[in-house]
Order: sequence, then C-alpha cells, then structure tokens
Amino acid sequence: MVVPVNYYLGLSLALFTLGAIGVLIRRNILIILMCIEMMLNAVNLAFIGFADAFKAVDGQIFVFFVMTVAAAEVAVGLALVIAIYRNRATVYVDDLNILKW
Amino acid sequence: MEYLFYSLAAVALISGALVVFQTHPLRSALWLIVNFFAVAGLYLLAHAEFIAAIQIIVYAGAIMVLFLFVIMLLNLRQPEEELARPRLGLKIAGITVAVLSAVLIGMGLAKVVLKPVTELPVGLGNTESVARLLFTDYLLPFEVTSVLLLVAIVGSVVLAKAKLR
Repeated sequence: MVVPVNYYLGLSLALFTLGAIGVLIRRNILIILMCIEMMLNAVNLAFIGFADAFKAVDGQIFVFFVMTVAAAEVAVGLALVIAIYRNRATVYVDDLNILKW
Repeated sequence: MEYLFYSLAAVALISGALVVFQTHPLRSALWLIVNFFAVAGLYLLAHAEFIAAIQIIVYAGAIMVLFLFVIMLLNLRQPEEELARPRLGLKIAGITVAVLSAVLIGMGLAKVVLKPVTELPVGLGNTESVARLLFTDYLLPFEVTSVLLLVAIVGSVVLAKAKLR
C-alpha cells in the first residue's frame, strides 16, 4: 500500500538531475531560474519521502522553509533579470561577460 | 497506490524534461506548472496534504504567475537566438557533469540503510500537526522566515526600480 522511500529518492534524484542539466546547458536566464526551482522541488520531494518513511512531521516543516526561500529567491532573481534586461537588453547569460577579462 | 505513484512520476519527469528542452521560456513555464502539480500529487500520496496545498498555492500560483509576468514584461522576440549558437561540446559537457554527479549522489544514497517506521501516529501530515510543530519547536526559524521575506520584498523593489544610483 505504502510507496517505499527509495522510489521517492530515485524520483527526486532524477528530477534534480534534470534541473542540473537545465542549469548547465541552457543560457536563457529565465529557464535557468525555472530549473533551479525544479531542483528545489526535487529536494522537497526527498524531504517529503523521508517524512513519510519516518512518520515525522519535521520533514514537512523543512519543505515549508525551502518553499519560503524559493519564493524569496525567485522574487530577487526576477528583479535582477529585469534590471539586467534594462541595462544590457539581453536574457542570455553568455552575453553577460563583464566579469570575465 | 503504486500505479498512481508511477503515473505521477512519469508526468513529473516528462514535464521536467520538457521544461529543460523547450525553446521559448513561456512554454517552459507552462510545463513547469504541470511538473508542480504532479509533484503536489506525489505529496498527497506521501500523506502531506498541507504541503501539497501550499505547493499548488505558492509554487503553481504565486511563483509561476511572477515568472509569466516577467516573461511577458520582457517581451522577448527572438526565442530561436539560443538555438542559433548551439555549442554542442558545452552541452555534452554539462549533461555529463550533471549525470555523473547524480550517479555520485545515487551511490551515496544506496549505501544508506533505512528502517522506516511502520505504525502511523495520529494525524500525521494534516494541518494541525504541522502547525503545532511550526509554532512550538520551529518558532524561531518561522519568525526569521518573515524577516527573510521582508528582505526579499525590499531587495526586489530596489533592484527593479527604474533608476539605480
């Protein structure tokens, strides 16, 4: 009846890898932010799987905090995207090479 | 139960892959919403009803609406620009790094011996038990969270303001 915790961990690992691939190969900064969201979601899934396996609510509390941090990160990240777009008119990270010399 | 898990996992993985490999960020955002709903279903399967509701409200509601607003606001005209610069070697390198790190994490996880608890305490996962823990043991982190959100609000307003000086 109960799904084993290993299944949740495997799915979480797969989703995390997908997000990491997206962060590494995409150059659109919006898609990179979305992939970071997906990685955070994968971590949340692992937390929930463990919380279910150990019958402890603490894992769910941590998911709550991760969601808060994700919301703050998205707000600041998208404000940065808007500021960059206003200054450089681009959303592609390989156009932002001013720190590289 | 298992079939429900498998189908939700398949939806989550396929929509996640579509998020990564779409050309336009708008389509990625829409597939990411599908991904969030599938993960919310998985939370429901794991007896985390409150977190599932929060997932839909905060992620699929607030965060994705913010993403869609910004995508519309930037008014991107050339979604195919990224495809015009393929850089296949870098992509292969990125995928290799991600998969190898996943293998590393997986090997670490496989060594962990888990002894799951079988008996279910009363009312696990409902809002009451989450709230009780949140307002007793985790009260200080909960309050610090509000400071974090305030900092995020002020920071995003300052960053997105028209003139920075």
